[in-house]
This record gives sequence, C-alpha cells and structure tokens, in this order.
Amino acid sequence: MLRGLWHLTWLEIKIFLREPMGAIGTIVFPVILFVALGRAVGGRPTPRSLGAISFVTVGLPVLAAVLIALGAVSSLVTIIAIYREGGILKRLRATPLRPQTILTAHVLVKLLLSALSLLLMVVAGKRYYPVDVQVPVFGFTMALLISTWSILSLGFLIASIVPTARFAQPISGAILYPMIAVCGLFVPIQALPPVLRAMARVTPLTYAVSLLEGIWKGEAWSAHLGDVASLAVVFAVCVALSAKVFRWE
Amino acid sequence: MGIAPVIEVSGIRKAYGRTVAVDEVSFTVNPGEIFGLIGPNGAGKTTTMECVEGLRTPDRGAISILGMDPFRDVYRLQVRIGVQLQQAQLQKRIKVWEAVALWASLYPKPVEGKRLLERLGLGEKRNAKFMTLSGGQKQRLFIALALINDPEVVFLDELTTGLDPQARRAIWDLVRGIRERGKTVFMTTHLMEEAERLCDRVAIIEHGRIIDIGSPDELVGRHCPERTVMLSTEHGLAEERLRAMPQAEEVTRQDSRFTVRGRGDDFVTEVIHCLSENQIRVTDFRTMLPNLEDVFLKLTGHSIRD
Ligand SMILES: Nc1ncnc2c1ncn2[C@@H]1O[C@H](COP(=O)(O)OP(=O)(O)OP(=O)(O)O)[C@@H](O)[C@H]1O
Ligand SMILES: [Mg+2]
Repeated sequence: MLRGLWHLTWLEIKIFLREPMGAIGTIVFPVILFVALGRAVGGRPTPRSLGAISFVTVGLPVLAAVLIALGAVSSLVTIIAIYREGGILKRLRATPLRPQTILTAHVLVKLLLSALSLLLMVVAGKRYYPVDVQVPVFGFTMALLISTWSILSLGFLIASIVPTARFAQPISGAILYPMIAVCGLFVPIQALPPVLRAMARVTPLTYAVSLLEGIWKGEAWSAHLGDVASLAVVFAVCVALSAKVFRWE
Repeated sequence: MGIAPVIEVSGIRKAYGRTVAVDEVSFTVNPGEIFGLIGPNGAGKTTTMECVEGLRTPDRGAISILGMDPFRDVYRLQVRIGVQLQQAQLQKRIKVWEAVALWASLYPKPVEGKRLLERLGLGEKRNAKFMTLSGGQKQRLFIALALINDPEVVFLDELTTGLDPQARRAIWDLVRGIRERGKTVFMTTHLMEEAERLCDRVAIIEHGRIIDIGSPDELVGRHCPERTVMLSTEHGLAEERLRAMPQAEEVTRQDSRFTVRGRGDDFVTEVIHCLSENQIRVTDFRTMLPNLEDVFLKLTGHSIRD
C-alpha cells in the first residue's frame, strides 16, 4: 500500500529541478567528466596508447556509470538527512505516508535522474567512439539501474541513521570512497592484498562494476547472474536493516 | 455531562533516558471544546501531545482517542485527526498549492484545497514556495494541512510562538473558527493570554506533571480569589466607609487615590454598592482581576517566563 507514491515522486522531481545547481551537478557532472577524460586520454589514438583506448572504451563508461550511482547515493543520503533535520520527515510521518513510500519516492527520483544522466552520456559518447563499436545501450542502462538500485539501498541504510545533514556527506564519503578504491576498476581484484580483497567481496560496488563492465563489453547476462544475485542480496539486507533502524527525527 | 470524551489520558509516563519528561499525566478532552495544555519550556507539553497523536509511545499509562489506541491504531487514527507540529518544516521549494494537493491525495475525503487556502488567507500565496513564506503564513499553511482531511480532532502545538501580536490575533480567530465547525481542538501554549482568550479548559503542566485542570475562570476563582479595586475620590468620608466594609481586607490611601483589596467574585459589586449607598462620587474606578498568569505564579512559585 504505497498511497501517495506517484504524487510524492512527481513532486520531488519538480522540487529537485527547482534547485538549478543541484540538478545540473547531479545530472551533468558525470557527463562532463566523461567527455573531458575521453578528450584527454583518447583524443588521438596512437599505437602507444592502446591501454588508454581500452580505458576509454570500457573503463571510462563504467567509471562514469559508477559515479552516477554514487552521486545518486550521496544525494539520497543528504536529502533524507536534511528532511530529518528540518522536521520534514516528522511532518510527513503524521500523515498516512509510510517511510517506505517516502524512501521509494526518493529512490525513484534518483533512478530517473541516473537514467537521464546516462542518456546524456551516451549522446556525448557517440562523438568519442569509433562508429563500428557496438554499445549495448539498453542492456547497459538496465545494468546501471540494477546497480544503482542496489547501491541506493546502502544509501537507504546510511540515510536511515545519519543524525544531521552535516554528517551526511562525510559519512557517506567514508563508506563510498573506499568502495571505489577496491571495486576492481583501477586495480584488478586479484592484485589486491587479502584484506582489501575480502572487503571488495562484500561491497555492492564490486559486483556493480563487474556487471557493468561485462554488459558493456557485450557479455551475456547469464554470465553475470552471480553479480545480479549479489546486488539483490545487498538490496534485501539493506532494506530490511534500514526498516529496523529508520529514524524519523 | 454524559458525553463520552474525545481524548482520555490516564496516568501516562514518558522518560528519555534519565529525563522523566512526563509523569502521572491524566486528563480528558470533551467534544467540541478547545483544550489547552499550558506550561513553561520543557514542561512536557509536546511529549504529552505527541503521545496522544501516536507519534511517541508512553512508557506507562493508557490513552484513548476517538475510542482508539493511538499507537496500535495509528493508521486508522491519522485519517480522523489533523496535526500541526511544533517544529516542522516542509521542503524549501515546495509550493503552497503543491503541499496542499499532496496532503489531499493522502486522505480518502479531503476538503477542497483552494477554498481552504482562501479561508486561511493564503489564496494569493498559492504559488509561493514554502521558503518564501513569513512565519505567520507558514503557520497558516500548517493549519491548512492539519484541516485538509476534515478531521474530528485538531492538534496545535505552540501555534503562535514567534509571531507578532497581530498575526497571533488572526490565528486565534482561525482557531475559534475551527471550534465553530464543531471540531475538537487540543492545543499547547506557554502564553497565558493565549490560553485565557482561546481555551474552554486548560491543564497546567510543570516538570512533567499536571498541577490543575479547569476553565480559566474556575482556575482563577479556585487559586486566586483576591480582587483589587482602585478608585479616586475627593469625598471626605470615603476612607472611613470603605474601611467599614466587612469584605475589605486592606485599604490603602495616597491622597485621593484608594486601593481596596478583598476576595471573592462578589467583592467588586460590594465596593460599588458601598460607593452608591454613601453617595461617594468617584473620578476613577479600576478593577484588577487575577488571571492565569497569577494562577501559575501561585501554583508554582515562579512566573511562566522564568
Ligand atoms: N526526543 C527527546 N529526547 C530526549 N529528551 C527529550 C526529547 N524530547 C523532549 N525531551 C525532554 O523532555 C522534556 C519535555 O520536553 P517537551 O518537548 O515535551 O517540552 P515542552 O513542554 O513541549 O517544551 P517547549 O515549550 O519548549 O516546547 C524536556 O526536558 C526535554 O529536554
Ligand atoms: Mg513543545
């Protein structure tokens, strides 16, 4: 029973777009980064920069996708913290709205914005890729949405407990940045020391990267069922936990 | 009276860690009345009210509202009550009409938002963002949100705190309007004047305990029966005649100005009677009646403003 979900989601989208800086930052920033990096690294492909080409064709899109997902998480955490601190959550609580509805509405907003951001990236990317490279846009979008959904649930959990908006950024940063370091995007998982490797295995980002990379390269979904399952487990665990620890004020 | 109370609170206690916010609190609220919980900062008003609203659970005691248990039946209850919280905000960039429309979408039988806003004097602010509203306009919006579902009971927590006297008076009129529509109002305030002008009955709460409950007049009569009359006269026998009044407990004189103290509701009449019987012409006549402020002072030994 998610009474008010669509109404609230639509309203939150409108409210979000009314803050131009935030909206531009969240939607456009990963795209700009993507284009700038693509220019810097892959502008003039020469034989010596074969590694660079592989980064541009696989690593960069995945990095940009990951940035989109993480951007979504940290803005989810921040917005819930602001709502809690300002007493907005409390006011909503005294209505028939349920916490799941409120969180789901925000997740939907973030997913939608992520999809929009990705779309822009694809449009921009067309300029930097050889025409014959076949990019599985639909599959990649699905993979990104699944990844974002799962990583957002981690955001849910963080958002359920961060006490104030001021802590939201540092706390989500402290949790998210190490995840980026060990996710396999920069250093292959196998090359990591055992402790970090164990860490990599429990963060959703690792599975997200593996899934995104695979789908981007054109691998079959069946080869990545493990990733999808892991992301689903993370989602289930985080949602269950956050329902337990959710604080209205 | 034979009418079942709308709210019945018996013996609730609520502690936050070691702080006991509310203890042994019991009262009833009758249908159609404005009931006020008055007390200084930190007395436990908000805690008590939010327990009744189902937003907090008391550690002990029982609450019944519209025949329901506020915590167990919170979802059924929410549809029938309207709530204004002491410290609430909305999204900074939400527009007035959007907030009202969202709230309306959450309830089965909402009233018409546009008319409601007009009634609350917000018709012209329909398109304004929440963050651009003045304090009084925000409070009106919160009243609108509390009324959108045509509730049977309306909760108002420190509705006028921080507003200027003019805005305050306007809000008081709105609250009276709510009662006139047959609704029950449960409010808190630390303004004695507000309680006196608005409430049919009040409960005085301090340090988490209720000290006394009654209509403002009853409370004044019970705890502060003293009456003071100040008058000016040139009449030569005035002092003698006033002192001769059996009810006059103290008469002081400064030139032609007299201060007469006594007690009881009839005292002022007695003074007037004495003046007319002795044909004492007065050029000034003032009465000083105690009010809730004095009741509070008497009961707690200090003023509500600390
Ligand atoms: N969430 C909370 N956690 C811890 N202590 C609390 C909490 N809420 C209230 N208290 C404490 O309980 C006591 C009663 O607070 P309450 O908010 O009910 O008072 P109040 O009468 O509404 O005061 P005010 O006029 O300032 O609004 C205070 O000592 C307060 O510090
Ligand atoms: Mg309070």
